Amino acid sequence: MNQLYKVELATRLADRVYEYWIRAPQVAQHARAGQFIILRLHEAGERIPLTISAVRGDAVRVIFMAVGKTTQELATLRAGNSIKDVVGPLGKPSEIANYGTCCVIGGGVGIASTPLIAKELKSAGNHVIGIIGARNADLLILEDEMREVCDELHITTDDGSKGIHGFASDVLKKLLEEQTINRVWIVGPAIMMKVTSGVTVPYGVKTYVSLNPIMVDGTGMCGSCRVTVGGETKFACVDGPEFDAHQVDFTELMQRQRIYTGQEKVSIERFAEHRCRCGEGGGHHE
Amino acid sequence: MSGSRSTGAGVAKGAATMSDRPADVRVHDFREVDTGLTPAEAIAEAERCLQCKKPLCVRGCPVCIDIPAFVREVADGNFPGAARALKEQNMLPAICGRVCPQETQCEGVCILGNKETPIRIGALERFVADWERRNGAELPGTARPTGKRVAVVGSGPAGLTAAAELARAGHAVTVFESLHEGGGVLTYGIPAFRLPKDVVRAELDQVLALGVRLKKNHVVGRSVSVDELLGYDAVFLATGAGLPAFMCIPGENLNGVYSANEFLTRVNLMHADAFPEFDTPVLHGARVAVVGGGNVAMDSARVARRLGAKVSLIYRRGEEEMPARKAEVEHAREEGIEFLTCTNPTRILGEQCVSGIECVKMSLCGMDASGRPSPKPIEGSEFTLDVDMVIQAIGTSPNPLLVSLIPGLERGRRGNVVVDENGRTSIPHVYAGGDIATGAATVIEAMGSAKRAAAAIDAMLKEE
Repeated sequence: MNQLYKVELATRLADRVYEYWIRAPQVAQHARAGQFIILRLHEAGERIPLTISAVRGDAVRVIFMAVGKTTQELATLRAGNSIKDVVGPLGKPSEIANYGTCCVIGGGVGIASTPLIAKELKSAGNHVIGIIGARNADLLILEDEMREVCDELHITTDDGSKGIHGFASDVLKKLLEEQTINRVWIVGPAIMMKVTSGVTVPYGVKTYVSLNPIMVDGTGMCGSCRVTVGGETKFACVDGPEFDAHQVDFTELMQRQRIYTGQEKVSIERFAEHRCRCGEGGGHHE
Repeated sequence: MSGSRSTGAGVAKGAATMSDRPADVRVHDFREVDTGLTPAEAIAEAERCLQCKKPLCVRGCPVCIDIPAFVREVADGNFPGAARALKEQNMLPAICGRVCPQETQCEGVCILGNKETPIRIGALERFVADWERRNGAELPGTARPTGKRVAVVGSGPAGLTAAAELARAGHAVTVFESLHEGGGVLTYGIPAFRLPKDVVRAELDQVLALGVRLKKNHVVGRSVSVDELLGYDAVFLATGAGLPAFMCIPGENLNGVYSANEFLTRVNLMHADAFPEFDTPVLHGARVAVVGGGNVAMDSARVARRLGAKVSLIYRRGEEEMPARKAEVEHAREEGIEFLTCTNPTRILGEQCVSGIECVKMSLCGMDASGRPSPKPIEGSEFTLDVDMVIQAIGTSPNPLLVSLIPGLERGRRGNVVVDENGRTSIPHVYAGGDIATGAATVIEAMGSAKRAAAAIDAMLKEE
């Protein structure tokens, strides 16, 4: 059976940041906060994981930055185009319960994961504080959505072009000094999660981070996504992707994310060349 | 794997000789090593069969193929008849002809083996299946629809076998597969030079032609709920032994250390050997160490060799104790794989990427629980091998993803699903077979257990 997964809506949110709604009923019906999909664009494509950012009817939303070959190629698809394979929801859902006060933090494109987590925490009865941060105001995404699902929302930009001039970790530190926070979620680039989760250590607040190592199958079969958590090897695809931040070996995670840097460059150059030859300049999303 | 094996020397008069492509040629591509029998060779080989009244070969076959019957058809030059006889018991003959360890099964008990060489049953099975594939396959009949729905989880050898049997019995079968291709280990695990992927696809298509539905990209327990699964009239779990084991030595998470599963999946399923035409990359080590002595270790070593590496295979016992088929050990040796036996890795060296592997020599003393010599490290025998990539092929265990989510499903110590001889689990209408029940075993053993379970499921559904 050859089911295709149709792109229902493709929108450019910011520079190189895209929001795609993809029809995948078996994913949409079961998706929970914290889970992800793996997609493969076509027969020659690679399998890449993307966090499920929202669900509506039979469609799931993914938000991604077009930096790799596959995400760049994905960004050329328009509404009505199809993706060869979509599988999910994969990974364990976020550990949602009524903890009291929870802080949900998104950095850059990692903000994509936060509304669903915040929404489920809110439904479970928590007081939810959101912090979203980006390099600048133009790259800040999902502000309205987060404002809607959070009890309070803080915004930071590295350059001060919007909200607080600084990092999410600065806001988190201040909040921890002022009040009791029972749980923290952080989703963003590895280095940002490392730094930000360091803030909660002295307060002993349980902090979850969503790890994004390289994956292939996403079902525990290959071990490509292995990470060291609390001195033990875990597979992010089935044991995670969320883990106790204070136990994660971020240095190793970042090292393993760079395994294919050389090949990725070859792929991207080849894709750029191909696009030039085909006269595709992008810009379908404006 | 070559169906069966010609050793060249010592082949009895009249025995056909399968032709392996020369090692120095085949290490440059992923095309099949063994080119198979010609019709004349097949007929000549089949004519050697004594047509025993009480054929031992059939008893040696986990799926009970009527071997004398199909061999007789080959001898008569009736290849369609031979195909029909084969598929009566086995819907995956082109696969089995290539990857079954015939030397310990049907051929191992062939009476001709006492005096000369056994009938090359695997080679004949492969010949017949290949002939049929090229000349138009004939589908076996199916019973009238029973209206019963059966879910099969996993489309590897066990899942496909159960699906085919149950579809032929008239049940409506849906197979759930988590990957984007069907076939399980036949697709992601066994390299094309042993089992070409068009062969797998053709036999998979035959199973689908019986009316089986294959739902790819469906992870049961995630994209299909356990409740939905248990809502079928019967369930057959065939999720395999997908979880790779690591040695738990320092350096295992350095860049350049692979599980055999990952390395083979990148190449076999994702075609990383053809990067950048295909998007999935794989590292090309210049010097690769493969750890393990089974068929998967041989496959990994030979794939790495084809990607241009100088390969050393590290095994803690002696060559005699290697669980791999002798033919595969021989193929690996012909292709220039260096064997370091009675050797065990102690740590993997490197800063971020692998730069070497430290090993210790082992002495074999006494017997362990498995009846094999027990390896003990020899003090002071440590040495370092300069390698830039390590592939660990030291086994897999049952994948817990789904089976841990099914309430009341009894599991054994190693995470396998506990079953009786007919594949029944602790839940009345749930059956299991293949590696998820037995732990890592062969393709044909998985198929045998699936056939028994399918018969039990069919009996149960007909009783209702």
